[in-house]
Amino acid sequence: MSATHADPRPHPESVTGFVADTITFSNVDGPGNRFVVFLQGCNFDCVACHNPQTIPLAQGDHFRTSVAEILERIRPAEPFLGGITVSGGEATLQLDFVEALFTAVKADPQLSRLTCFVDSNGSLDDAGWQRLRPVMDGAMIDLKCFDDEIHRSMTGQSNADVLHSIEMLAGWGVLDEVRLLILHGVNDSASLLRRTGEWLASVDPAMRVKVIGFRAHGARPHQPPLVEPTVGELTTAAANLQVAALNLCIV
Amino acid sequence: MHELQERARTLVQDPALSYDQKLRRLAALATEALPYPELSPACQEALEKRVICDMYEGHAPFTARYILPDYEKAIRRGLTYLEMPAPTNLDDALAFLLVMYANVPSVTTYPVYLGDLDKVLEPFVTDEITDDDLDTRLRRFWISIDRMFPDAFVHLDLGPHDSRITRSVFRVERSLRQSVPNITLKVDPVVTPDDLVEDGVRTVFETGKPHFVNHPMMVGDHGEHYAAVSCYNSLKIGGGAHTLVRLNLKEAALRHDGTADEFLTSTLPRFVELTAELAEARVRSLVEGQHFYDTHWLAQEGLIDIHRFSAMFGIFGLAECVNLLMQHDGHDGRYGHDDITNAFAVRLVEHVADLVSVRPLPYCDGGGGFAYLHSQSGIDLDHDVTAGTRIPVGDEPDLLAHLTTCAPHHQLFASGVSDIFHVDETAVRNPQAMVDIIRGAFRQGMRDFTFNLDSNEFVRITGYLVRKSDLASIAATGSARHSSDHLAAGAEHNFHLTQRAVKRIGCHERDPR
Repeated sequence: MSATHADPRPHPESVTGFVADTITFSNVDGPGNRFVVFLQGCNFDCVACHNPQTIPLAQGDHFRTSVAEILERIRPAEPFLGGITVSGGEATLQLDFVEALFTAVKADPQLSRLTCFVDSNGSLDDAGWQRLRPVMDGAMIDLKCFDDEIHRSMTGQSNADVLHSIEMLAGWGVLDEVRLLILHGVNDSASLLRRTGEWLASVDPAMRVKVIGFRAHGARPHQPPLVEPTVGELTTAAANLQVAALNLCIV
Repeated sequence: MHELQERARTLVQDPALSYDQKLRRLAALATEALPYPELSPACQEALEKRVICDMYEGHAPFTARYILPDYEKAIRRGLTYLEMPAPTNLDDALAFLLVMYANVPSVTTYPVYLGDLDKVLEPFVTDEITDDDLDTRLRRFWISIDRMFPDAFVHLDLGPHDSRITRSVFRVERSLRQSVPNITLKVDPVVTPDDLVEDGVRTVFETGKPHFVNHPMMVGDHGEHYAAVSCYNSLKIGGGAHTLVRLNLKEAALRHDGTADEFLTSTLPRFVELTAELAEARVRSLVEGQHFYDTHWLAQEGLIDIHRFSAMFGIFGLAECVNLLMQHDGHDGRYGHDDITNAFAVRLVEHVADLVSVRPLPYCDGGGGFAYLHSQSGIDLDHDVTAGTRIPVGDEPDLLAHLTTCAPHHQLFASGVSDIFHVDETAVRNPQAMVDIIRGAFRQGMRDFTFNLDSNEFVRITGYLVRKSDLASIAATGSARHSSDHLAAGAEHNFHLTQRAVKRIGCHERDPR
């Protein structure tokens, strides 16, 4: 009998997850050029989701992919990458897979220089973030709305966990940016955006905030129809949001 | 003689050409009244059928094609011929350079190399000169260059070290948005900081410049004193290229009966030899006939040295060539999309490199007695044939596949290779992504890296830049201030470069028509 107990956890590369798709090069999923893994399934049901096909939780073996298979897809692209990002769906619903993927990347001689980022709706609890903390280099969090009532109407869920995640990740120094999706007439009133900006600045005065206009492409039909904000409406939204040194970027 | 007269008459009466453009084209035309350097009948036939090509440099070359004067030496010592003492401050140095540029010949009649400007000017950038002062002076200098040397093959180099000059050049570039001068940034994985490469990337978003080169790879081939000039021609400083001849691989493949392997052992060596013969005849004409290096002031003052020159051996049409040969073999893969075809393409280019590296040429000490291999990026007259070793316009695979198809060729082309990559508008908000890709390209052994933003006002034709608005103006009025714009208009007409989202085609020769 061995003197040490066998690690009960499976080897990271053998862990599997439900992977909707991967993209070799992306310049819109975190800093630099990144390989992106889109995981299937989300616990929010956002009216404005532009990837609604990734919302349903996967069942059976459809989408099932191992960490080892993802590593093989990353390898040819590695020289040209700054890092990898897991997105979704909601990536953190498959915490075992994300943790195993990041652990495997950091243990791999070819891939270890790549940074590991999470793109999340922020619903993960403290214990979950604590598990990712040793292997995660950065996180990008979507804030659908600072007002809880409106947040519930937009996503079907409260924003309490999201706000908490933003505070905690900023405190750890791993919050890369907060994304605000602007849905004209829904979450862009001047007073709401002012309160949002003040709160974000209280968490981190220099926080990077991406102001993203809703885009109808990909989104499900809705009654009344959701409309894309004009450039002017987005600019106004950003102006209302701007507090002190907040680093705003309009997309 | 009658034909020559007709062409001269057409030229002098062409309402679309400026006085200066007419003068330069007439000079080129005049050498066609002289006999061509002596060639074997086989070589002559290949030239007439344009399987091999002399870039329409004329019948009696009286200047080297690309000249890279040693500006650092010139500015340290002063110029006897031009009666210019060594400058002692920045203003005098800039005036000195403009005077010198006006007296540097090339095949385009404009200087194709303006120096490694950061190294040339750094001694004059004292602490008393503020960044604003520097920008004001370089801005004036930049406008002078564009108006005095209106040709997009006019080129200067920067890097790999960071410098105040380089930062100022990028600021001036972004504010002026001129197509001249073209710029190369030398990138070293250790010496060049990320934020300098990123500053370059931001400048590309505005002006399509700079072009990026793999500094350690270039130093390995040419030594520390090299520069990229004209478009994608990497050569020795204090030297250059006597001439550029090129082999149309597509035309060679069309004249081949047999398997792809047999092409490598029979047809290819035959045409490589004919191309080399053409190069040799033209080099001898320049050196022994016109005595360029015995008589030009740059050589007499030690600012160029014939021993740092060589000939450039270009190839183009690789894509059509390998696709044809694969068809011969009953394989229907396409270059850029099929591993077997891509692997054969690499073998073919390696074979050309081997053949060129054992074919001695006179007066080619710069290349150790041999020509420099070059992936030639096309001229405005090329039809239905892809530039250099590029993947055909409109048929490019995704960016990763594009990079990995092209990368293995780059180390073979000491004097440059031009693949142009296209990125969409989203890159503008994340310049670090392009820095990652550039670093990766060099890590993978690429030599040259150029990218264009699809939405950019600037279009790269073969390697040089034109503004879309200038192309539109040629279409409307037939005339342009930059001589390269005329070439670009021809290339655009023949290749629809701007439709394919902005790549490029022809370059650096005079239009023979």
